Amino acid sequence: MIENVDPALIDWSRAQFALTAIYHWIFVPLTLGLSFIVAIMETIYVRTGNEEWKRITRFWMTLFGINFAIGIATGIILEFEFGTNWSNYSWFVGDIFGAPLAIEGILAFFLESTFIAVMFFGWNKVGKKFHLASSWLVAIGSNLSALWILVANAWMQNPVGMVFNPDTARNEMVNFWAVLFNPVAVDKFLHTVSSGYLLASLFVLGISSWFLLKKREEWLAKRSILIASVFGLFSSLMVAFTGDTSARTLSELQPVKFAAFEALNEGKQDAGLVAFGVLKNSEDNIGSRKLNEFVFRIEIPGFLSVMSGGDRNVFVPGIKDLINGNEERQILSVTEKMDRGRYAKKVLTDYKLAKSQNNKEQAEALMNIFGNRDFIDNYFRYFGYGFLRSPEDAIPNIPVAFYTFHLMVMLGFLFIAVFVVSLFLVLKGTLTKYRWFLWISVAMIPLAYIASESGWILAEMGRQPWIIQDLMPVSAAVSQISPGSVMTTFILFSVLFTALLAAEISIMTRQIKTGLKH
Amino acid sequence: MTLMISYSFLQGYWWVIISLLASLLVFLMFVQGGQSLIFSLPDNDARKAMMVNTLGRKWELTFTTLVTFGGAFFAAFPLFYATSFGGAYWVWVAILFSFIIQAVAYEYRSKPANLFGRKTFDIFLFINGSLGPFLIGVAVATFFTGSQFTLNEMNQVKWANSWHGLEALINGRNLALGLTLVFLARTNSLLYIINSVDDEGLSARSINKLIINSLSFLVFFVFFMAAILFSEGYTAHPDTGNISMEKFKYLHNLIQMPVVLIIFLAGVTAVLWGIGVTIFRGCKKGIWFTGSGTILTVFALFCTVGFSNTAFYPSSFDLNSSLTIHNASSSLFTLRTMMYVSFIIPFVAAYIWYAWKSINRNKITGEELKGEGHVY
Repeated sequence: MIENVDPALIDWSRAQFALTAIYHWIFVPLTLGLSFIVAIMETIYVRTGNEEWKRITRFWMTLFGINFAIGIATGIILEFEFGTNWSNYSWFVGDIFGAPLAIEGILAFFLESTFIAVMFFGWNKVGKKFHLASSWLVAIGSNLSALWILVANAWMQNPVGMVFNPDTARNEMVNFWAVLFNPVAVDKFLHTVSSGYLLASLFVLGISSWFLLKKREEWLAKRSILIASVFGLFSSLMVAFTGDTSARTLSELQPVKFAAFEALNEGKQDAGLVAFGVLKNSEDNIGSRKLNEFVFRIEIPGFLSVMSGGDRNVFVPGIKDLINGNEERQILSVTEKMDRGRYAKKVLTDYKLAKSQNNKEQAEALMNIFGNRDFIDNYFRYFGYGFLRSPEDAIPNIPVAFYTFHLMVMLGFLFIAVFVVSLFLVLKGTLTKYRWFLWISVAMIPLAYIASESGWILAEMGRQPWIIQDLMPVSAAVSQISPGSVMTTFILFSVLFTALLAAEISIMTRQIKTGLKH
Repeated sequence: MTLMISYSFLQGYWWVIISLLASLLVFLMFVQGGQSLIFSLPDNDARKAMMVNTLGRKWELTFTTLVTFGGAFFAAFPLFYATSFGGAYWVWVAILFSFIIQAVAYEYRSKPANLFGRKTFDIFLFINGSLGPFLIGVAVATFFTGSQFTLNEMNQVKWANSWHGLEALINGRNLALGLTLVFLARTNSLLYIINSVDDEGLSARSINKLIINSLSFLVFFVFFMAAILFSEGYTAHPDTGNISMEKFKYLHNLIQMPVVLIIFLAGVTAVLWGIGVTIFRGCKKGIWFTGSGTILTVFALFCTVGFSNTAFYPSSFDLNSSLTIHNASSSLFTLRTMMYVSFIIPFVAAYIWYAWKSINRNKITGEELKGEGHVY
């Protein structure tokens, strides 16, 4: 088994994947949401026959197209990076993880790429209804592709539906439905796509508000704002609701992440939710890791316990309970989990040794251990801990988890308020009088992106050191390449992505300024 | 209800799907072939616009096929995915680079305020058009010529040299397949343009270029095939799975699998027929023959390297680390589940065909582009 991996290799490989994912996620949420908004607008056009609606549809569709291409470009890199940078991972769980990626290609990508062609090139060639159906199919296709990749991601957060096969040294799928209906997958899908709808609504709201500020394209702007406000309000409420259910699932399945995003060191009942706070390093530590404490905080009493278990009396374990263990609450210490993980690893290496020495009797005896329920539930499930060097390795970066979580949640509530106000004003017909609100709406566009990226940074950095929760740390998953090679490709990717993003923003801005003139 | 289907049948079934996707991908790389001609084929801006738009409407189809090919390989043969991508790092990263710049080039090249100017995006198209097929050809050639890697007892890959895939570029046979693919893509592209663009001048120039590109293709193809068929190949012992070298292995495979041999010969004939009728008879439908011939030929080649106890991703460094469709595949359960999913493929193919039939009614002309809202 590969040991002693250069930490620089792990860091650069993570940096490269994070870079690609963050860039990819600049473009995807807009695709997810704008595709529906465009389809809704085109539906109104087809139903009313009003050519103005067609012009509105085509305006937003142009922006959709500019954004879509670069989303695809960054997406293909992510798919292949599982192989190029995380090859041990790809083998260890490819039997489960590969399937959703392939289904994504077969079911969703072809739907998207075929009907997007009709959407853009079919205006004068196919009937109105066929064109409208194509626009809806693009929206459905892009959301379906999100479904499958999120199923794959959810599996990494909560591996289910598989058994370990010592002969092939990998996990193998035994229950496809368990993978698909993984509770994390359901929450993640709903939360993520609705956040995409939310972002797209803010995008449409912001740009339309800018038109109103410039006293241009008023017909387009007001109607777009109406649609964006309704769609946005619905989506932002859905984001809040699914965020809440995600938190509950998280507290059960990834308690360390849950404790980290609240910077909760000591577990307690009646735990309060920090609404706002600032962290500093504390004197307290676990091994070589310093813990954090609050400079100040505003807390909603008892709410964290309610979030986690629906009741103020629920005990929410803190970082210390989860790392050092808590006998009273029956929480195993990481040291104990590391011992169990090492034992599981040893059984595997002994099995491999017995096989290579053709010692059939011993191989069979060891093989039987892998079928033993106690071994699966109490030892192999901690397999990944066998790779950790010290218990504090199991703690993610707490300030990153804390700030990204709170930023995301605060912005989420702000967005709900903005949609309520914009819907009220646009229905009342007085929106143009409130120029300050129009400016606020414009300012929401970058904030939407910040909230959206924060969510992913929390989800992915908050689960460190795991690439697969409890089963495999990133250090065991990484491809054996020189850190210099990965650093070089990281730099190349950064330069290229940044240049393309700059071109995208420049083109997008010009198209918006041109408005309906083109 | 669980169908009683054997594991080895499913491994073969999935190799057939992979072969099919690979063959469709090679055909669809006519988009890349055309891009590599962007600076030499059209003699004025109007013709360039026609050519770029003809190709541009299909780029996503090629791209999606590539992504699906990758996804299907991951799902069905994850050990290949882990071994090749994680090992031959530089080759795959170079391929990826050439595809990122393609994805945006079409959409951005004609848009105002694109920062880098149309010329830059056209250069992106040219790079993707030349490098994409070449590197994919080189990577696929290693299926026959082998790579230098070992797998440990946990099936983790270690590349045996620090070039991480770039060493494939100094092997003549790999280069030959790379160049074969470049010239085949260019040939298919010229035939495609002749068929879909209604412009006499562009057609005449295409036919002119067709001669040299199809001849170049033939030279490299014949060289590669001769080199492969008459050299040693990697054979897997049917019982133990141990890998050894066998003289004329791929020739033997073709002879042992007459169906594959027939598909191969039919494919090559169709490729040549399409080129021939275009050059000698001025036929505009050559792409139908050469295109389907390409699909058949590539399909047969993939079958040759995957079936009949052959290592499809051999290690020349450590023979027994070589991958076969049996030792590199997913589990029985996953392959079976994915087989059910694959039943949707004909339906996907049907709607792709229907959608394109609906919007491709007319040939592309300068007039057609003017009436179009979305022009690359």
